[in-house]
Amino acid sequence: MNAPINFAGLLRKTKDVFRFHGGINPPENKAQSTQLPIGKLPIPEKLVLPLRQHIGNIPKTKVAVGDKVLKGQLIAEAEGAVSAAIHAPTSGIISAIAEAVIPHPSGLPDQCITITPDGEDNWIERHPQDWRNGDVDNLISSLRLSGIVGLGGATFPTQIKLRSDKAAIHTLIINAAECEPYITCDDMLMREYYAEIVQGIAIAKRLLGAHTVLIGIEDNKPEAIQAMRLATVNTAIQVKIVPTLYPSGDARRLVHLLLGQEVPHDKRSTEVGIQVFNVATVLALYRYFEFGEPALSRVVSMTGNVERPQNFEVLFGTPLLDLVKAAGGAKADTSHYIMGGPMMGFNLPNEQVPITKAANCIIAASPTLFEPPPPAMPCIRCVRCADACPVNLQPQELYWFAKSDNFEKAHDYNLFDCIECGACSYVCPSNIPLVQYYRYAKSEIIALDKAKEAANIARERNEFRLARIEREKQERAAKHAARAQGAKATETTGDSPAVNDKQAAIAAAIERAKAQKTVNNTAPKNVTNISTSIQAEIAEIDARRAATGLTNKQTSGVDADKQAKIAAAVARAKAQKAEVDALKLNEDNQTKQTVADVEKQATMHASIEQAKTSKAGSANAPVSDINAKPVADLEKQAKIDAAIARAKAQKAAALNAKENQSKE
Amino acid sequence: MSKVLIGLVPGIIVYAWLFGGGIMITLALATTTALLTEALMLKLRKRPVQPFLSDYSAIITGWLLALAIPPLAPWWLIVVGTAFAIIVSKQLYGGLGYNPFNPAMVGYAVLLISFPVIMTKWPAALSLAQTKLSFMDQFHYIFSTTLPSNVNLDAVTSATPLDYLKTQLKLNQSMTDIQSAPIFGVVGSKGSEMIALAYLAGGIFLWQQRIITWHLPIAFLGSIAAIAGLFWIIDSTQFASPLFHLFSGASMLGAFFILTDPVSGPTTPKGKLYFAAGAGLITYLVRVYGGYPDGVAFAVIFMNICVPLIDMYTQPRVFGHKQ
Repeated sequence: MNAPINFAGLLRKTKDVFRFHGGINPPENKAQSTQLPIGKLPIPEKLVLPLRQHIGNIPKTKVAVGDKVLKGQLIAEAEGAVSAAIHAPTSGIISAIAEAVIPHPSGLPDQCITITPDGEDNWIERHPQDWRNGDVDNLISSLRLSGIVGLGGATFPTQIKLRSDKAAIHTLIINAAECEPYITCDDMLMREYYAEIVQGIAIAKRLLGAHTVLIGIEDNKPEAIQAMRLATVNTAIQVKIVPTLYPSGDARRLVHLLLGQEVPHDKRSTEVGIQVFNVATVLALYRYFEFGEPALSRVVSMTGNVERPQNFEVLFGTPLLDLVKAAGGAKADTSHYIMGGPMMGFNLPNEQVPITKAANCIIAASPTLFEPPPPAMPCIRCVRCADACPVNLQPQELYWFAKSDNFEKAHDYNLFDCIECGACSYVCPSNIPLVQYYRYAKSEIIALDKAKEAANIARERNEFRLARIEREKQERAAKHAARAQGAKATETTGDSPAVNDKQAAIAAAIERAKAQKTVNNTAPKNVTNISTSIQAEIAEIDARRAATGLTNKQTSGVDADKQAKIAAAVARAKAQKAEVDALKLNEDNQTKQTVADVEKQATMHASIEQAKTSKAGSANAPVSDINAKPVADLEKQAKIDAAIARAKAQKAAALNAKENQSKE
Repeated sequence: MSKVLIGLVPGIIVYAWLFGGGIMITLALATTTALLTEALMLKLRKRPVQPFLSDYSAIITGWLLALAIPPLAPWWLIVVGTAFAIIVSKQLYGGLGYNPFNPAMVGYAVLLISFPVIMTKWPAALSLAQTKLSFMDQFHYIFSTTLPSNVNLDAVTSATPLDYLKTQLKLNQSMTDIQSAPIFGVVGSKGSEMIALAYLAGGIFLWQQRIITWHLPIAFLGSIAAIAGLFWIIDSTQFASPLFHLFSGASMLGAFFILTDPVSGPTTPKGKLYFAAGAGLITYLVRVYGGYPDGVAFAVIFMNICVPLIDMYTQPRVFGHKQ
């Protein structure tokens, strides 16, 4: 199965690229939306801006309902290291800050800022920057205010990708492959904005310090190739044609295509000196530095089952319906809308969802355009999926493991290297929705790992708690003992002699009787397994017996009574001390363990703190000083819980971000 | 999977031309039995019948078995074999996609072990037979085991070259004498070698249609050729030539149609090479040293057992991973 594909590959006229394994050629469906130039939408009646439009932390809202905002005004600022700002796409009034439906596979609502435009489109004061000569670090940090994210669909904050605290970047790759069917926004951008794109590339190149720049374009975009070739004459930028083969637009695949280099599975391309930017992202960079325009709009392909498929420059927050109308409206049999391409996109919940930074393409779908797949048949291990897999995985095995919940095995077979491109599902003759199985297995594994982690933390916390209880018990016992000793000292002098006499007499009598019973037998010394209270009793009895022994012959008399009393007190004190000692002995092992646990706990806290500071940067204020102030235990515990939860969430976000970045 | 059936058609045409139309009766019996037993089992297992019947997998099993057994065998032989293949070897394991063994080969092995006499009684090619049976004669023979009154059984059957070679070599006959017997053709058996050639053509069609890859057939035939060649070079008076082995028995049918069953075969490219090479080796050893005339069925079944192991240890390198 490799043979025919590779053989065909040899015959292709793409000698200067390095083919990756697998790949598919689904119907392109790109011609429909490239007939008309990029259109512009009138300002809609409302703009709904989800706070969550990018990978990373949700930005912090800077406006309140009723505020008047100008075009380009910051309305939510980046929060933490990985985050992106949001700006008002036009001038108007903040009419709501509430939950609304967002374009997300879950279909769940999320926090959004709604702007009612005033129609004037008044700009805020803009600050262009001298990107040719300005200080690179300042330029990069200013991007935090730009709101620019990767526009290829992954929406990873661009500022992070430009930060120079990684390995030195030597090669910049501009991803213009646009391999998914239907999507043409990058194609149209290159046709119309080639000059600006080249400027944007120059900015990215300078900020990264890259020496080499390659633009990868699939050979199904001759106009774009032509435009970029002309625009890059006399520059060091190389336009490279890559074969039309899905998923050539996947960052790792594109790096391989252009450089013949496989980015190691556990590294990002930046770690091997390669950075990949989408063509629309560099255009956004150019607009930001050259004109001081933050990210307010993007080009979206509105295609599929609409009257006039076309690309539009759309303000973020524009309701989908406005875009559909601009494309002549949806045809009658439109069933739903897909955001992204048909391979990796997802169904939108309704027509009200806003266009966000991630929306590169909206496809109006109909049953004729996207036939519902026939029922899945059993896998016959024909391995067409393995032949199509661009990562060279064994999808048929992963399917089997995912289906049987054999997650460990799925993990061993590199499930997490799957980029969910859908090539396997596409070629499957049994119509098995393979990617869904992989997503399921991935989410299960992640959930299991989280549960395991939570259980570990809970266990450690419980051990710490037990250790603390033991320690407090010891302290209490020691205090008791000390107090008791003090009490006895006063008791011996302060008690009324009459009562004491009587007691002593009774005690002496009992002791005598006992002594007679046991005659010469001494108390059994095998007391190691007896509980502390019994031991104490025995000690007391011993002491009393000793006392009576002393006064055995003098059956009466104040001296004897006194002595007996003293002996008894001493014995009691001893017993108490013994109890404490026993307690200590008993807990010897436990104490050792406790020390270890405390240490573990400490390191855990430290690592949580570290995670918080390193990953989150400026995490939420109230918890940033957990260990600074001494606080009540409960409070502390609560804070630790919160910190752990946050650290975990941030870790998950960072992981997600990493994944998505590599995908872009 | 209809293309697999199409790939078998040239072989079947040559078969019918050289051995008479009786094979068509066997094929029809196999098809009917396969579809009926598959439908019955699907019903019993409460699975939808229509989609599973229209994937042709049951018919392929039936046809492969029909082409593997002697063409003039009584009607119940192919019925029993096909039924066993479908019911036990396929459906009882969970149906399509779940059978660890090649159903047709399990059916063949069961028949060979249960009815060795019938299973080794091969008719001679029409051109060799002293008496030529008409289609109706064959029809009667298959259903009633009666020959026309003037014909006895020996007149229409003959030993297969693989069998003949083995027995004659034991009698210390020289290789040249043995191979000058009329049952030998250009390289293999007279008649059968032509069918093998037709299978080869059908196999190339499957490869061209990307139904199969080159791995299994090339490795299987290459393995047979290599080991046969080795023995032949060492002592050509005792061992037949590689070409003889390639065009005798079920070499070609096995290479392109039996080993290539995806369900019970390996999945990785490297695994396919190991699987087919192993099958080739066992086939040769059974032919030369074993008690049965041909070894493809046993070789395939044995290698089926090894599939999980082969697949596990032949995982290809994943993108971005070191080997």
